[in-house]
Amino acid sequence: MRRYFNFYSTVMKQAIIEQFQYRAANYFYMIGMIAEPVIYLVVWQTVARAQPGGEVGGYTPAAFAAYYIVWTLVRNMNIVFTPYGWEERIRHGGLSADLLRPIHPLHWDVAFFAGWKVVIIVLWLPLAAFLAWVFKPDLHPTLLQVVVFFFAIWGAYLIRTMLLTVLGMITFWTTRVSAIFELYFAIELILSGRLVPMTLMPPWVQSLAGYLPFQWTFYFPIEALVGDLPTAALLTGLGMQVFWSAFGILLVNVIWKYAIRQYSAVGN
Amino acid sequence: MPVAHKGLCYEWTEQSCTCTESTLSEIAISVEGLSKHYKVPEREAGLKASAASLFKRKHRLVKAVEDISFTISPGEVVGFLGPNGAGKTTTLKMLSGLLHPSGGAVSVLGYVPLKREPAFLQQIALVMGNRNQLNWDLPALDSFDLYRAIYNVPQADFIKTRDAFIELLDVGELARKPVRNLSLGERMKMEIIGSLLHTPRVLYLDEPTIGLDVTMQRRIRKFIAGYNQRHGATVLLTSHYMADVEALCKRVIVIHHGHILYDGGLAGLVESFSAYKTIGVTVAESDGIDFAGYGEVVGRDGGKVMLRVPKAETTRIAARLLTDLPVADLTIEDPPIDDVIEHVFATKSPEVEG
Repeated sequence: MRRYFNFYSTVMKQAIIEQFQYRAANYFYMIGMIAEPVIYLVVWQTVARAQPGGEVGGYTPAAFAAYYIVWTLVRNMNIVFTPYGWEERIRHGGLSADLLRPIHPLHWDVAFFAGWKVVIIVLWLPLAAFLAWVFKPDLHPTLLQVVVFFFAIWGAYLIRTMLLTVLGMITFWTTRVSAIFELYFAIELILSGRLVPMTLMPPWVQSLAGYLPFQWTFYFPIEALVGDLPTAALLTGLGMQVFWSAFGILLVNVIWKYAIRQYSAVGN
Repeated sequence: MPVAHKGLCYEWTEQSCTCTESTLSEIAISVEGLSKHYKVPEREAGLKASAASLFKRKHRLVKAVEDISFTISPGEVVGFLGPNGAGKTTTLKMLSGLLHPSGGAVSVLGYVPLKREPAFLQQIALVMGNRNQLNWDLPALDSFDLYRAIYNVPQADFIKTRDAFIELLDVGELARKPVRNLSLGERMKMEIIGSLLHTPRVLYLDEPTIGLDVTMQRRIRKFIAGYNQRHGATVLLTSHYMADVEALCKRVIVIHHGHILYDGGLAGLVESFSAYKTIGVTVAESDGIDFAGYGEVVGRDGGKVMLRVPKAETTRIAARLLTDLPVADLTIEDPPIDDVIEHVFATKSPEVEG
């Protein structure tokens, strides 16, 4: 256990050093990423203002502002080692070096991106302040909400890491996987709460999303902070994140067992 | 074919490399009937062949390694020679657990490499001259620290080993510069240091000096020899530079088309495969003498003429030279090892059994 703690702290520390070194690039990337939620936000604020009650599905323009500003942080927490990275790693044989180390390669992915997130959070704060100044969000979280939100963004990170690892590992069997990745991202966009808050989706979509992990990586962390979820719902949400994380880890391990035989049998 | 040196251990000293019978019964690496076959798709170029391959795919079985066997004792430094595509890297990958053998058995330090048990991985290292494993954006010192964490090396041991390696390769300042700012040779030094920080007992080196200048090659060779001497590590080295092999290995395994052609001493390789010897003859007055009548003239250096002659004819031709000409000096030498290796690879057919 101590060994893993040592490994995680070393890798995270290096990721922080490396990413602060590229703070300007990180910042431009984050600023570029704001275009997407700002478009959603402006559209929904316009729609809400046009309604007789000045709201859509319980969301006022200020509530939309809160949703999409918190969205920017959750989106950044959702950035993990991509399936394209797996493709590169497998096709070009970089995985070989990782396999010769006495620690599972996935630990490096989790640790490195977790370190990167620390930099992202620090850089996000002034960005969020600017967006709040422009769009005037309605955001009054309780202490419990803030605490749940803190854990929920890391839960989202872990679930998405596992999901994208599973997706990336398809490359062990076939190298033309970009189309599968794109299909996955389209489904995720609709069923996670990234496009619109889940409560604005048709009931059947909401029902379908209930059986899938996506909303726990996006909609739940945002709602935990900006919504008015009761304590039970907040804790259930964290419980669902634990469930999907555990399921993801199990899935990754089972697939890895077969995938690595594939890699060993073919070689790179 | 000579299969010498099984059960022997080489002891390296500063001045020379001597071969002595080892009392160790332990075997570091044992390979028995190892094979690796690949099934590769193939088709002709063009649209027609492409369309045909949609319905009927043709495959070809490539025997990258075919039934090879050898053992390596602890502390031995063995050169693994062969042209491109001979099966060297495939074998190294099977020995390190990256590739699944198609047949045969491998044991390294008592472990089955394919299982990739952490205790096994903790004791080996594979250095590939064409691979960069260090973090490009950070100084090598940071990557070294990462290796410490990966291999769980105690802090005190890590600092001692790291500083000793840095001093030996004289890279104190360079270790503080981002890796992207280092030259190829400087990076290779860092790669080797990083790979050895956990002091592996078995070291696989795949072309460690590729693309490096002569000085840098020499430095790295010296470092590897020193590591082998101090830590008693078993080293298996592949290289296209015979200077690497001559400097480090007394024993070589020659592999070609997946078969072992030779396993034994370096000197024995020349003896077994060279059909020629070189006679260097210096005469008082060489003008007007037709040396072609004695052998193939392969060089002239001042008054000295180099003749390549069939090995079996060497004594007779040397005697003729001494009788016919006013010889001031005469030497008989084996041809350079590079020439021998080239000759072996050029003439041996795939059917040759190891």
